[in-house]
Amino acid sequence: MTVSSFPISPRNTPLDERSLSLRRTIVQMVQCANRGHIGSAFSLVEIIRVLYDTILRYDSRNPRWPERDRCILSKGHGCLALYALLADKGFFPEQELWKFCKSDGILGGHPEYGKVPGVEASTGSLGHGLPIGVGFALSAQLDKAAHRIFVIIGDGESNEGSVWEAALCAGKHQLTNLTVIVDYNKQQSYDSTLVVQNLEPFAEKWRTFGFGVEEIDGHDLNALRHTLSRLPIEDSKPSAVICHTVKGKGVPEMEGNPLWHHKTKVSEEEVQNLLRHLGG
Amino acid sequence: MIVRQTSLNMVYELAKQDERVVFIGSELVAGTLKKFKQDMPDRFFMEGVSEANIVGLAAGLALEGKIPYVNTIATFFARRAYEQIVLDMCLHKAKVRLMASGGGLVYAPLGPTHLAIEDISVLRTIPNLTIVAPCDADEMRRLMLLTLDYPGPIYIRLAKGGDPIISRSDPPFQIGKAILLREGSDALVIATGICSKLAMDAATELASQGLEASVLHVHTIKPLDTAAIDQGIQRVPVIVSIEENVTIGGLGGAVAEIIAEASLDRPKRFARIGIPDVFPHQYGSQASLMEAFQITTQNLVDKVMKLSTQSYRSTPESLRK
Repeated sequence: MTVSSFPISPRNTPLDERSLSLRRTIVQMVQCANRGHIGSAFSLVEIIRVLYDTILRYDSRNPRWPERDRCILSKGHGCLALYALLADKGFFPEQELWKFCKSDGILGGHPEYGKVPGVEASTGSLGHGLPIGVGFALSAQLDKAAHRIFVIIGDGESNEGSVWEAALCAGKHQLTNLTVIVDYNKQQSYDSTLVVQNLEPFAEKWRTFGFGVEEIDGHDLNALRHTLSRLPIEDSKPSAVICHTVKGKGVPEMEGNPLWHHKTKVSEEEVQNLLRHLGG
Repeated sequence: MIVRQTSLNMVYELAKQDERVVFIGSELVAGTLKKFKQDMPDRFFMEGVSEANIVGLAAGLALEGKIPYVNTIATFFARRAYEQIVLDMCLHKAKVRLMASGGGLVYAPLGPTHLAIEDISVLRTIPNLTIVAPCDADEMRRLMLLTLDYPGPIYIRLAKGGDPIISRSDPPFQIGKAILLREGSDALVIATGICSKLAMDAATELASQGLEASVLHVHTIKPLDTAAIDQGIQRVPVIVSIEENVTIGGLGGAVAEIIAEASLDRPKRFARIGIPDVFPHQYGSQASLMEAFQITTQNLVDKVMKLSTQSYRSTPESLRK
């Protein structure tokens, strides 16, 4: 099996100006800090964008509003995309973006609960977000509360046993208020997920753990909106939306290139090149 | 009444009076908290052998305002779910209560995989965590009553149970406040958990031999009552710690840190009693393993006697400035 043999190919999905603009913001943050998981953030942009533009209920002026939907970015290294959206929605001033990873900033290389308005859990070490999200969902179920819980996990992260412990538990409790969104870009730090630790048959795994599952193109805004606005996918089950994505989406030389998983020492020339690709 | 049963009964009582209380078990003995499950089924969770998930979801529940009491074998918390304790519970200051069964050598017959010999040492390094090791069932009851409103995460180290009652209702039990069970000016024994009973027995024995020992019961390992320990060590020439945990980094290690940093005008004679730096490979009972590691009243008496009569070492001329 190769990456190109998957039935859904997100490689040629076009990006609109808002998606390009969000990516330019991410590049500028990386430029300020001279580091960042840029490729991991680029695969996430449309997922997070659709969540915050269309799906989630929240009040950015009151981030702890009890009735809000909870969204945990369990693959915390994708935080650049989350920060760009949270600033865009007014959770904190845009100036914070330019202090990414700086000692006087609130935005670190992984998101922190209690420090960044809108961040529901501190993540970074992988495999923690889903168990916490299951706790959120159980609490809402106990309280018969209407809010929903979304947990975004990575494909590399899905190597962690705690993900599957939590998945079993979510299935058992029929947590219809819980949706796992998998950023399936098929590229982990070292190499392709197919080489490092093959997850296939991935959708089948989630189904057998008790989830309703859909597979979509994670850069296709309409597909994301369509699926995420019709949750749960199946009655009496938590949902898993497997988003086929491209790591580094938007810049051909970054796409699927492991050198861009976590990039440090980004040169001015590279920045300008990236911005040029992104219509800047 | 055994300690574990007392703590579980208390969870039931607390859950009856406070709807925020939930109980989570991993894979406990059939029938555990049967009445809880009958009376409050929606707040009773038995989630199987998945400690990482259980601690994480407990943190999630706590962040949403619930007060989860989580029960499994101590070492499955401390070893298996260590990162979840650090990150999900403590980093988030989540109000989770870990009820750690079989702290120390309780599961002696089950071998080294089931013994919690270093939980105090490793968990003591985690910011925001409170660690309590009550000495008997009465003290467990007093502790549990305080856990509803106490902020932040707590690790409760449960002894085997059936242990003799030595705790008293006066002074009132406070988390973080050590209790001076006995006063004497010749030596200070600092103990935690069921070892405080050994310390009291040793003090009685020492008195019969003409030595008066203080006994400081440090039920809360963290936050450590450094003021009480600092005060205690200044009054006596000899100090011995005793615990059912490895001596490296445990209560004895914590006391050593305080002594070393106290800038005392005269050196103290100090010894730590606990589990040595080995994996226990012997079965038998908790008592027989404690005997094998000399976590005993007799060893405590001997150590205090020896240190009391031992002369100070003099620094060799070659090492003097």
